[in-house]
Amino acid sequence: MTDSPVDKLARATPQPVARRVRGLSDRAIAWIFVAPTIFLLLAVNIFPLIWTIRLSFTNFRANRPNREVEWVGLRNYERILTDSDIWLTMQATAHFLFWTILLQVLIGFTIAWLINRNFKGSAFWTTVIVLPMMLSPAVVGNFWTFLYQPQIGLFNYAVSFFTGVDPSSFSMIGSVNLAPWSIIIVDTWMWTPFVMLICLAGLRSIPDSIYEAAEVDRASPWRQFWTITVPMVLPFLMLAVLFRGIENFKMFDLVVQLTGGGPGSITELTSINLKREAFEKWRTGYASAYAIILFVTVFGLASIYVKALNKVKER
Amino acid sequence: MSSFLDGLIRLRRGPWEMVASILIGLGVVMLMQPFVMGLYTYSFIVILTGTVMFLIVSHFPE
Repeated sequence: MTDSPVDKLARATPQPVARRVRGLSDRAIAWIFVAPTIFLLLAVNIFPLIWTIRLSFTNFRANRPNREVEWVGLRNYERILTDSDIWLTMQATAHFLFWTILLQVLIGFTIAWLINRNFKGSAFWTTVIVLPMMLSPAVVGNFWTFLYQPQIGLFNYAVSFFTGVDPSSFSMIGSVNLAPWSIIIVDTWMWTPFVMLICLAGLRSIPDSIYEAAEVDRASPWRQFWTITVPMVLPFLMLAVLFRGIENFKMFDLVVQLTGGGPGSITELTSINLKREAFEKWRTGYASAYAIILFVTVFGLASIYVKALNKVKER
Repeated sequence: MSSFLDGLIRLRRGPWEMVASILIGLGVVMLMQPFVMGLYTYSFIVILTGTVMFLIVSHFPE
């Protein structure tokens, strides 16, 4: 008879260790298994958070570690919350958030609704549509910079084809008016499939019997859409909105690759601005306060997100 | 409306979570609006109040 790996392992355990483990309660053994994860969480998540909170009340600069650190109280928070440049950055983030979410919800829901009609080849098209979501944001940012090139970019030629405007007459990334839209277009292209998948899950969870009952009651397709489809997909849609909202609030890699925050600081989102304060100006204490403000905001939004998620689960 | 107020008085989770969510949402709007600098200045305190309230009231009975 061959020994199982467990038997081999049991035999290989030194006798003193085996005797000690046999004497432990189930609870103690459970703690032994969980302890490394808890330790890792404390070291990687909790400790840096507490350290950042502490730094946010100081004037510490990471590029001058030997300089005496001064306790400045709430001064960093006061300066951030009265700084008009950071306010502009917040507005740039709000513009980005509003339009990306609006476009992704509208386009994502429409595509999900069309795919849910189960036409021939719908599975193939679902796979094709989902492809952008699988790419790395850095790669997407990089190849869209080529697509946006005024001389050789396909995007400018496509716009030229439909509108008749000279392709080299405008630069999506270089123009102050067009640059915010360039990042919105790329984010929408990349993340609409995600919203579509969530909407599709919502649409497929609606039982056919409800539509059949509505048809018996002679409800028009328009009425069925507004009184059955929309209310039943709404929790899923809300989930997608919150999820994309939190993710786009933290947006960094895609925009850095695409515009680097420019031209000027017109596409400088909060995360890019934070990185500049922390690792270009080296105002670590100030950047820590900035990070805490963003963290509390995202944490607050995440709390609502969890609540919404629980409501969806209850349904 | 009366059940909402009743829930608030009896310290029930649902209505209090609603208040905390409204505070967080209001704070985020204040943080990102382009109209009044004063609203931006006080946005963080509103978000922080909402978030801390949410953490506390999520332990209230249903």
